[in-house]
Amino acid sequence: MSLQVELEQHRNVLIVRLKGELDHHTADVVRFKMEDAILRGRCEHVVLSLKELQFMDSSGLGVILGRYKLVKSRGGKMVVCDAQPSVMRLFELSGLFKILSLHESERSALASLEVVS
Amino acid sequence: MSGNNFMKLSFAARSENEAFARVAVAAFVSQLDPTLEQIDEIKTVVSEAVTNAIIHGYDGRPDGVVTLEAAIEGDTFSLSVSDEGSGIEDLELARQPLFTSRPELERSGMGFTIMENFMDAFEAESVPGGGTRLKMKKRIESKKALFN
Repeated sequence: MSLQVELEQHRNVLIVRLKGELDHHTADVVRFKMEDAILRGRCEHVVLSLKELQFMDSSGLGVILGRYKLVKSRGGKMVVCDAQPSVMRLFELSGLFKILSLHESERSALASLEVVS
Repeated sequence: MSGNNFMKLSFAARSENEAFARVAVAAFVSQLDPTLEQIDEIKTVVSEAVTNAIIHGYDGRPDGVVTLEAAIEGDTFSLSVSDEGSGIEDLELARQPLFTSRPELERSGMGFTIMENFMDAFEAESVPGGGTRLKMKKRIESKKALFN
């Protein structure tokens, strides 16, 4: 099972679209691609767009938390949008939704960041 | 459902088998006509248990073997995930939310919490140096289970 990571830079914001299944096997790809894009593109904030993420387990929570820490240590914000109900449940169970703000669409996620940047 | 149904599956402790394991179990349990939410819960639980066996039981050694056993009895689905890996020293500690023995691997420490939350019954047996077996049950109150 594969995972596609689509990256798009919008000013100082990195938009990361995850499509497919995020588990222990696919977590490394997300880690490397996001790390590289954040550091090379000098992105301040990250929007994690999860409309087409069909599956995620606790390995996904780990990799998201790790990138959140990186973005935060550089003074940026990370927000999540369009998550499926099963993914939302894991954010709620783990308490991650308390530190990542959740939005309904990429547009509203970007708008929330433009206010802080 | 008349009589009991079961399946047993052993596979190499390789991360690419995590997706295979959860799809296989989801296909088996689909005969109880579960809801999409129940299928998602079971797939997540299988993923957590198999990932634990691969990362913690065998420490990434691909020669390890993970065994899944699933059974259906009436409207109850049971699942056992076992390995013959290094075992868990302190099961109580391992079950604490956010605890991880491998923080350097960016583990969230939520695996046990997720399994306990998504299933109706959860038991763990482990022998340090001898392996781990997780046993879980979930009732699937589907239309099919009610009519049979």
